[in-house]
Parts: sequence; C-alpha cells; structure tokens
Amino acid sequence: MLAWTIYISFLGALVLLLLPKASVASARILALLTAVAGFAIALTAFAQHRTGEMLTVVRAPWIPSLGIEYHLAADGISLTLLLLTGIIAISGILFSWNIEHRAQEFFSFYLLLIGAVYGVFLSYDLFLLFVFYEIVIIPKYFLIAIWGSTRREYGAMKLALYSFIGSAMVLIGLIAAYVRAGAKSMALGDLAQYPFPLHFQMWAFPLVFVGFAILAGLWPFHTWAPTGHVAAPTAASMLLAGVVMKLGAYGCLRVAMTLFPLGLLTPWGLHVLGLGSWRDVFALLAVIGIVYGAMVALVQKDFKFVIGYSSVSHMGFVLLGLMTLNQIGLSGAVLQMFSHGILAGLLFAVVGRMVYDRTHTRDLATLGPMNLNKAIPFAAVTFVVAGMASMGLPGFSGFVAELMVTIGVWRAFPVLTVCVGIGIVVGVAYIWRAMQKAFFAEAGVESVTPKPPLPPITFPERLGAVLLIGTSVLIGLYPQLLLNVIVPALNSPLFDGLRKGSWQ
Amino acid sequence: MIAIHNAQLLRLALPEVIVVLAALAVLAMDLLFLRERSTRVRFTIASAIASLGCAGAILDLLLASRQANVLDGMLVANPLTHLVQIALLGMAIVAVLISVDSAFTEHVGEYVLLILLATVGMMFLVGSQDLLVIFISLELLSLSLYILTAFDKRSARSSEAALKYFLFGGMSAAFLLFGFSLLYGLSNSTSLARIASAIGNQHINDPALNPLLVIAIVTTVIGFGFKVAAAPFHFWAPDVYEGAPAPSAAFIASASKVASFFIFYQVMVVGFAGAEGNAAWSHVVSGWVPVLAIVAAFSMLLGNFVAIVQSSVRRLLAYSAIAHAGYMLLAIVAHTQQSLAALLYYVVTYALATLGAFGVIAVVETQTGGEWLSNFDGLSSRAPVLSACMFIFLLSLAGIPPLAGFFGKFFLFASVLTSTPGSLGLLWLLALAIALSAVSLYYYLQVLKRIYVASPSPEAAGIQVPIIGQAVVVVLAGAVVLLGCAPHLLLRWILEAIRASGL
Repeated sequence: MLAWTIYISFLGALVLLLLPKASVASARILALLTAVAGFAIALTAFAQHRTGEMLTVVRAPWIPSLGIEYHLAADGISLTLLLLTGIIAISGILFSWNIEHRAQEFFSFYLLLIGAVYGVFLSYDLFLLFVFYEIVIIPKYFLIAIWGSTRREYGAMKLALYSFIGSAMVLIGLIAAYVRAGAKSMALGDLAQYPFPLHFQMWAFPLVFVGFAILAGLWPFHTWAPTGHVAAPTAASMLLAGVVMKLGAYGCLRVAMTLFPLGLLTPWGLHVLGLGSWRDVFALLAVIGIVYGAMVALVQKDFKFVIGYSSVSHMGFVLLGLMTLNQIGLSGAVLQMFSHGILAGLLFAVVGRMVYDRTHTRDLATLGPMNLNKAIPFAAVTFVVAGMASMGLPGFSGFVAELMVTIGVWRAFPVLTVCVGIGIVVGVAYIWRAMQKAFFAEAGVESVTPKPPLPPITFPERLGAVLLIGTSVLIGLYPQLLLNVIVPALNSPLFDGLRKGSWQ
Repeated sequence: MIAIHNAQLLRLALPEVIVVLAALAVLAMDLLFLRERSTRVRFTIASAIASLGCAGAILDLLLASRQANVLDGMLVANPLTHLVQIALLGMAIVAVLISVDSAFTEHVGEYVLLILLATVGMMFLVGSQDLLVIFISLELLSLSLYILTAFDKRSARSSEAALKYFLFGGMSAAFLLFGFSLLYGLSNSTSLARIASAIGNQHINDPALNPLLVIAIVTTVIGFGFKVAAAPFHFWAPDVYEGAPAPSAAFIASASKVASFFIFYQVMVVGFAGAEGNAAWSHVVSGWVPVLAIVAAFSMLLGNFVAIVQSSVRRLLAYSAIAHAGYMLLAIVAHTQQSLAALLYYVVTYALATLGAFGVIAVVETQTGGEWLSNFDGLSSRAPVLSACMFIFLLSLAGIPPLAGFFGKFFLFASVLTSTPGSLGLLWLLALAIALSAVSLYYYLQVLKRIYVASPSPEAAGIQVPIIGQAVVVVLAGAVVLLGCAPHLLLRWILEAIRASGL
C-alpha cells in the first residue's frame, strides 16, 4: 500500500502533462488531490505501523543477474520522513496556487520530485535508493530554472552540479562496497552485515558521507543551499529545504553510517588539529555550520537569504545529532529533520509567497517602511509564530528536537555544547532582526504605502500556514507521537554496527 | 582444416546476402522506375525496401540458431555475433527511416545502397576472427562511411568533413595493417586464436614483451582507436558529426560504434591474449591493458571538458561521443565475460540514444535552418513530443536513472571493479569516470535548458514534425526508458548469448 505514494505521484505527474494547455485550475486541483492522496497513504501506514521496525512493502526481483531487487521497506525513520514529505507536498501546492505560467509542467515536475523523494525514503535496495536519489536532481533543476527568480539559471545549475557530484561520490562508494561484498546483493541489510575491512571503510565512509551530506548542507559544501533557495520559486524552496536536504541527512544515517560504522568510529591513531577520527571531523564541521550559518544569516540584506542560511544552521543540528551516536542525539536528529522540514517550509512560504509575490522585493531595507504588519497582518503573525518555533521556543517542535540534540552533544562532545549554545543565541538574534526589519517599520522612518495596495492573503495560503503551524505545535506538545516509532527503528539490528561501537 | 561446401557457406552468410540483395533492389528500383518522381517518394520507397531487407536478415538471424566457425575463424556464427548483427540491422533500419524526410540529395538509390553496404561490412566485421577478413570488412565499412559523409554535395562542410575523415581514416588503416602484418610475422597466421597461442608461447619463454609485439599493440590500438573515436585519435569526429548529413551522422555515431567496439574487444581479448599486462594502481605491468587505460582516461578527460564549450549541438554530441568511448574502453580494460556484457549493453543503449538525438537534430535542422544551441530555444513549446524525447535521450547519455544510460554505466563500472578480484585496483579509473560523468551533466543540461527554459525567438514559426521521423524518435525514446526500467530484458539475452558462445 505504502508503495502507492510513489506510483500515485508519478501517475499524477504524467496525467498533468496530458492535460490541455488552458486548464490551469484543474491542474492545480489534480496536483493537490494527488498530494493529499500520497499523504493519506503515508498517514494510514503510520497509524497502522506502531512498532517502528523495518517492514517490507514490496519485494520483487528486478535485475536477477546482478542480485538487484525492487525492494521497498519502511521503518520508523522512513515513516516519519514520509509524513513530512506528504505535509510539505500539500502545503507547497497550496502556496503555489498563483502559478499561471506553464502550470501543468510546474506541477508535473513538482509531483515527479515528490514521487522520487517518497521513493528514496522507501528504498531498501541501495541501487533503487540511488535511482530515486538521482531522479530528484532533474525536476529540481527545471523547477528553479524555469519558474525561479534572482539568478535562477545560475542557482539551478549550481544546485544540480552539487547534487550530481555528491551522488557521484556516493556511487563510487556504493559500487566499491557492492563489488567488495561479492557483487551478489545491493540490499541495505546484506551490505550492512558484511564486514568490510577497516582500511576500506576508512576511505569509503567519508566519501559516501560527504556525498550525501553535500545535499544536507554540510559546511563547507553548503554554498548551493542559499543561492538555490533564493533562486527557487516558493514551492521549490519549500521542497528543497523541507525534504530534499533531508534526503542527504537520511542517506548519511541510513547508508553511510550503517554500511561503514568502523570508518566512523575508529580513531586514525594520530591527531590532526586535535581531531582523532572522522566522527570528530564531521562533528566539528556540523558545529561550524550551525554557528556560521547563524552568523551569516544575521547580516543578510535579502530576506530570503536569511532563511536560506538559517537552513544551513538548522541542518547543522541534524548532522551534529548524527555524530553524537547516542540514542537521544540520534532520535533528536531525526526529529530535527522533521521539525526543520516543517518550519523551513513555513518560513519560505511566508517570505516567498506571502511577501515577495506581493511586494516584489525581498530587500529588508525596502520592506521595513511598507509596514507589512498592517498591510498583511496574517503574514506578520505567521512569521512571528514560525520564527518563535524556529528559534526553539518551548511548545514547538524545534524546541524538543534541538534540546535532544544538545543533550546528546553534551554527552558526546561537552566542549562543542558551548558553540551550539552560541549558535542558538545567534539564531534568536537573526530571526528577531529579520522580523523587525521586514514587518515593522522603524521609528522615525517615513512609512510608504505600497501602490497598488497589496492583495490580501488568500485562502489556500491560510490553509497551508495553519497546516504547517498545527503540525509543529502538535509535535512540540507531544513528541512521543514520532519518537515512539523513531526509537525502535534506531534500536533495530540495522544499526548494530554503530551500537557495538559507542552506543550509550 | 575442414572442407566446406559452397552452398553451406552461402547458407551461413544468408543474412548478409539478403542485405546485399536488398541493396541492389533499392538501386535498381530507384534507377529504373523512380527517376521522375519526387525525392520524398523515392526516399520512402527506397527506405521501405531497405527496411524490409534488414528485417528479413533479422528474421533469418533470429530463426536460425547456428553455431559455426569456418576456415579457422574466417566466418564465425554464434549467438553473440547474431545478437550484435541484429542490433546493427536494427540501427540501419532506423537510419534509413530518419532519412525519409531529408532533401539533401537527388541520388536516393545510391545513398540507401551505401548505408546497406556499410551494414554488410559491419556484419562481416563482427562475424569474423581473422585479421584479413576483419581488415577487408573494415575497409568496406569505412569507404561507405566516407561517401555517406560527403553526400551533401551542396554543403562545403560536408565535403571538408569527408576529406578529413578519409585522410585520417586512410592513415589509421595503414597503422592497422602495419600492426596486422607484424602479428602475422610473429605468429605465421591470420587467425586470432592462433596468434594468441603464438604470443602466449613466446610469453612463457620470455616474460618481457617482444618489441615487435609492442609495436603491433600500439598500432592496432591506434587503428581501432580511430574507429571508435577515442582521444587522441578523435580529430575526425567533431567535423564528421557536424558536416555529414544527419542520417549519415546518426549511422556513423551508432551502428559503426557498436561494430567497431565489438571487434576491438575481440581483437584485443582474443588476439592479444597473454599480453594483457595490468593497469591496476601501483601494480602496472606492461601490455595492452595499460595502453588502453591511458587512452580511456584521456578520452574521458578531453571529451567531457571540450564538450562544455561547444555551441553546436552536433559538435557537442561528438565530444560527448569521445567521452563515452572512454567509458566503453574501460570494459575492454577489464576484459572479463561480465565486462563484455556490460560493453554490449552500454554500446547498444548508447547507440539508441544517439540515434534518437540525431533524429531530433535532423528535424530541428530542416525546420529552423541550423543546429546551434540557439536553434533549440523554446523547442518545448513548439514541438513538445520531440522535446520530451530529446529530454530522455540526453539524460540517458548523462546517465540519469531510470534511463538506459544509467544502468549501462552502473553495470559497466561494477564489472570493471569485479575484474580484479580481491583488490580494487582499477578504482582510480572508475573514480575518474564517475567524476567526469558529473561534469557531463553540465553540457547536457545546457541543451535541455535551451529547450525547456529559454523562450523561443519571436519570429520563430511552429515546427512541422514529419510523422515517420517523430514515430521513430518516439519508439527510440520508449526503448531507452524501457531498457532503463527493465534492463534485464536485454541483459539476459546478452548474458545467454555470451555463455552460449563460450567466450
């Protein structure tokens, strides 16, 4: 049943292409229905599947002579991310209700992207996972290059090349692992159980990990993220920040860390700048990402760049959580993937759709005098709520997730906790600054009334905002909803290799 | 040596005979009855006869499962050669069908005749393990291709390209013949198997390579490197791809590639068995493997980087072809049964995508008057079906799943690594290949960006897409998608054929 999330999205994409040119309204509705159906399937599966253990969805031979199977399976981690994908897909369509230019193609690429993302989260066979992972690149490119704004062709190409280089690194690692293990199977479980020699893991782990982490915005490979997010149309930035960056983090956890745990855990035997293993290196890079992203967000002039860099900062928490290697840190990382997906989606929706599509500027200095809190109060309120959630106020999902990650870090790398603290404080500052500058005119500055008056916030926008805020609050108040399936998934045999190392 | 009856020999060569008869029929029909008709009618009838002939040959190959080896490898028939010959015939059919709507020549009969003769040359080429027959078939193929390149007499570029092709080709044929003569001198035989055993015997007595053998290896690699357009023997490729009439270019880029790679593999692996050497990192042993590894690496680097700066789509495809030749050479470097399967899968799917891309270029060219990147501006709104097909072809060439090109790359790379059991010695070549295929996405996306992102120039008229051309392109696109989603359809066939041929 769960496999239909993929099929229905691809089918929707195909049907949209066949619609006549004039039927923009029906294209929107069809896309929305497809996304809702995908979400409904994911939700049903989530409700039925309470234990969080790995459950095979479909399994059929695909290329028998190479031992490659069409094998879809889901556990608690994938289910969490499937839910996220469903929610983001729906709200993304709601926030692109105003797309008129080549709408069928837009929604078609959009659904293709969504279907491939579902596919990555569901794949158990690594060949299949890679296939879906690469399918994501192409619609992403066209969504940005055709419907984007500021320097769209540059941003799109940069994003496509970064993704493709990342996936090339992953491919080298996967082929080497597949051949090394006897070229008999590409199933995640089989490869994870194969004892790869230590020297092999020592180069394969960083290769595959960085390959995936490029897409998760690991500093210093994050530079595609701000330009890509800024160039993308609203729905595409929501998808990019909301789910595509999660693909990278998911790949790090699901593939790199389970396949090559020794490469992660084993110390090099020597210390370079105080770093003794790959784990230290990536933890440090993640922390740099948190602090650097927040600092850079603090000085941006462009509203969307603020959110773009905040994504880098928040994804740093995910990667840092992965590196803690203790249960609370890892579950926090998965929860942060979900939470950041929802909140980044919401922030980009406010900036891209509610503000930019109306005022046609994202310059904070120009936005201030417009007094947007009076002109479009709903946008201002949404941004304030989303900002509070993003800076980690209790009651929202971001708080629980970042708290768990921080506790995990405290246990694993006490020194880095201080830096994380700095990152959180700067996080409060940049949201506050952006909020102040974008929505509230400063005293003494003469306010300008935009002409013609800004159109009011439409119903689909309200619906999308309520959906996202509601999800964040729900998870913030009752995180057990997700943790109940995430924790058993992390305790499954798949992660044995990591647990044997330093699981606390 | 077993005496063989003439009738038996004729029966064995029946597919080739059918194609030759079809070629003569095309010529006679065109010269005797259709002189006064329009070019289109003549092309349609000629293509129909040619396609029927090729289809007949395919049918014969499919039905008769012969296994024969006549006169010490002069003529070889086994499931594997049949498979390759079927692929070649299929591509010849596509090439003549693409040419139906072209108007570059009045000499319709001769044009189709040459395509069919080139096909016969390729069929003999893949069905032989004897240096003499290989060389003669190669010449039949090459001479036909030179003329096919020059066929657009109104275009100076076409003649220029043909002249370059001819001069380089003559040169490389000389190299090849020189290498072959040395091999004959070393082994006193023209049969690949006997040459291999002679080389092997020498090798046991004296582990260092015989200097004559070294020269033979190098000249043979030069000769075949020219045929497959590997750098640094590629200079003809960009000009030919750009200047030749579209159907000729499509044919040269696809079928001739398939045949040349197959026979390249045969000559190196069967003929030079015992002089392989090793190209694994830090374990290099001299032989033909390291030579090919260097040529492969150089082709990948040059092809991918030079393609980036091209502004003509045909030249872009030419440089990408050089890069792809580099990838495919890796399969010869690996020289295992699995890598042969990978090579065949790769070259066939590559040929399909290239044929399709040239099919699209042919239409764009006749409708907009050029094949520069700017001629593709906004094609998606003017010819949506054609654009979608081009989307599929180019992404398959770039190796994006779920298209055939991706599985081809994956299987090829995996087979390269498996060829050195226990160690990952060829990882350096593999890493280079994968990294460069990331580069290749950039220039393929440049074309797709023109098609989908750029808006058409205001004076651009709508595009009249010819029905047959579009149908062929759509079928090819369907095949690329199908072989990507279900690679086993073709792979199973290839693996069985290799097993049955006992290679």
